[in-house]
Amino acid sequence: MEKTIMRLTEAFGPSGEEEAVRTAIKDLVKGSADRIFEDSLGSLFFLREGPSPRIMVSAHMDEIGIIVTHIDGNGFLRIAPIGGVAPRMLPGQRLRFRDGITGTVYHEKIKDIKELDWSKLYLDIGQDSAEAAGEIVTIGDVACFDQPFRALPGGRCMAKAMDDRVGCAVLVETINRLPAELPQAVCFVFTVQEELGLRGAKTAAYRYEPDYGLAVDVTLVGDTPRAATMAVSLGKGPAVKVKDNSLLCHPVVREYMAETAEKYKIPYQLEVLERGGTDAGAIHTSRQGVPSGAISIPCRYVHTPSELVDSSDVENAVDLLQKLLTLSWPAVKE
Amino acid sequence: MLAELSDLRGVSGDEGIVRRLLVEKLDQFQSKTAVDTMGNLLVRKGSKSINPRIMLSAHMDEVGLMVMSIHDSGLLKFKPVGGIDRRVLVAKRVRIGAEGLPGVIGSKPVHLQKEGEQKKPFDEEKLFIDAGFKNRSEAEKNVQIGDYVTFDSSCVELGDGFYRGKAFDDRAGCQILLELLLENNGLVFDAAFTVQEEVGARGAAVAAYTLQPQVALAVETTAAADTPETEKESISTALGAGPAISFMDRTIMVSRDMREGLVEAAETAGVPYQFRRFTGAGTEAGIIALTRDGIKTGVVAVPCRYIHSPHSILQEKDIRATVNLIRAWLERRQ
Repeated sequence: MEKTIMRLTEAFGPSGEEEAVRTAIKDLVKGSADRIFEDSLGSLFFLREGPSPRIMVSAHMDEIGIIVTHIDGNGFLRIAPIGGVAPRMLPGQRLRFRDGITGTVYHEKIKDIKELDWSKLYLDIGQDSAEAAGEIVTIGDVACFDQPFRALPGGRCMAKAMDDRVGCAVLVETINRLPAELPQAVCFVFTVQEELGLRGAKTAAYRYEPDYGLAVDVTLVGDTPRAATMAVSLGKGPAVKVKDNSLLCHPVVREYMAETAEKYKIPYQLEVLERGGTDAGAIHTSRQGVPSGAISIPCRYVHTPSELVDSSDVENAVDLLQKLLTLSWPAVKE
Repeated sequence: MLAELSDLRGVSGDEGIVRRLLVEKLDQFQSKTAVDTMGNLLVRKGSKSINPRIMLSAHMDEVGLMVMSIHDSGLLKFKPVGGIDRRVLVAKRVRIGAEGLPGVIGSKPVHLQKEGEQKKPFDEEKLFIDAGFKNRSEAEKNVQIGDYVTFDSSCVELGDGFYRGKAFDDRAGCQILLELLLENNGLVFDAAFTVQEEVGARGAAVAAYTLQPQVALAVETTAAADTPETEKESISTALGAGPAISFMDRTIMVSRDMREGLVEAAETAGVPYQFRRFTGAGTEAGIIALTRDGIKTGVVAVPCRYIHSPHSILQEKDIRATVNLIRAWLERRQ
């Protein structure tokens, strides 16, 4: 499991450039699928055919990043955010492009940290002219944090892009562990562009027409010093989402998840997230509406270069998802 | 032609006049023209079936105002339709309602303004339209609540090949589509002249759903900021440098292959181009890309100064280059 998370989190994949993550996932999935395909935005589908109902399980491949908007005469790059990146996260931070080119971010002279905004930041890739920089980077190229995966003593680990490669890892492990026969059809979708507004999940849900939707993503926690109040902690099991800014989870789905966790003694917590959204938000309003829910991996420091999770939560999420999919879901009302 | 199109009065939701002129010009496409319930004008060029099917879109609507109430004095209160910088409103000439009655946007005279008032632009609460009515009952005979108001500005040529006018966003795009439809180029594509882009790309969502293309290109105008106060690294696009190819805006992350396809077409055809070096603001490309199970979508835009004001400025040669770029791009795909 740790190796899977490492491979996935270290892959390059800001929104819109998820190719390397797609490749890693295809590589890591050993379980069978009846059909594997991609849609025009780049979401990757692993379909297990079966009787009704149809369950769509999604995790997003993309991560936050930056995009190059300008190259100046001295070879410095100006950048803009892809998704929710705070400018204060960047000075001194190394960034990496698709082809491995790296650089470090710093800022123009400022008197007060409050002045720090995107117009003050630049990326230095070690070139001394526009021509030299332009040889290796083009306007419109994107970069992600350049940070390795690290396992910490005791079972916690940190990496860039835990949001949502850890969700991808849960799906990959689940696919690999599922039995040959399932009571219903399941489509695992690794979506694109979640960080830009749940875009991949929208077209993916339209394509698959699921009866139920389930997203696996990270959620915030309230267990750090003087954190904003939130009743989710690391190590207490995956969170069964109640609501976030993108959806109110359908009670049937939510209760089915909680009951299954209790029945099999899988630790879980309930999650009410006051900001942020997830793929399930886009899935549940697709076509005629899709009852949806989400399993969340508690994660500290979301949208920073070092997102931190507890491996036991990830293992328990795989257990829960596997149980959910091998049991019969409530029938869909006609 | 640009002058004729941009002088037409067609605020979002009231695009009839623009559509009628386009239908007239496109008489030869009569059997291949449809108007949908929202008012989008859909035109099919060529009878060959091609794969993938391509849609070009340009929006017919422009930003403007709407009459919200009539004051006892006969002055009219209004709200903006679409994004207008409040600071451009004061003392601008306008045309009101279907008849196009002349008026001016009035405000408290500078002589009577308190010191604080002079430091902040008036918002629309403090502004009104004066159309020379002596009281409410006279105003009510001529104007109704809900009447659309446009800027009163006619297109003129300035210098050598510069044009000043009110609704280049996006009548320039309409003109480009019109030219590509009318010229004898043997190309096959669908053209969507859309409604209500300025209030949230509403027409394009429906047009793309109906036409179901696999590939789409939004043809827009985009803000040029090649003016002295703008730092070099903040210039979004420049006049005269050719069509701006987008890599990202608020609504879309353009896929690498789409962007590179446009660049290759420009380079092969010897057409100048620039990147839109800015990631904010939106286009209808975003909503098109997320239609049904996803549509590969790009954006090409004519650079234009002072858009969303009564007087924007563009260069004719950028329109020519945009036509040439899109033609070359289409030719390479068919």
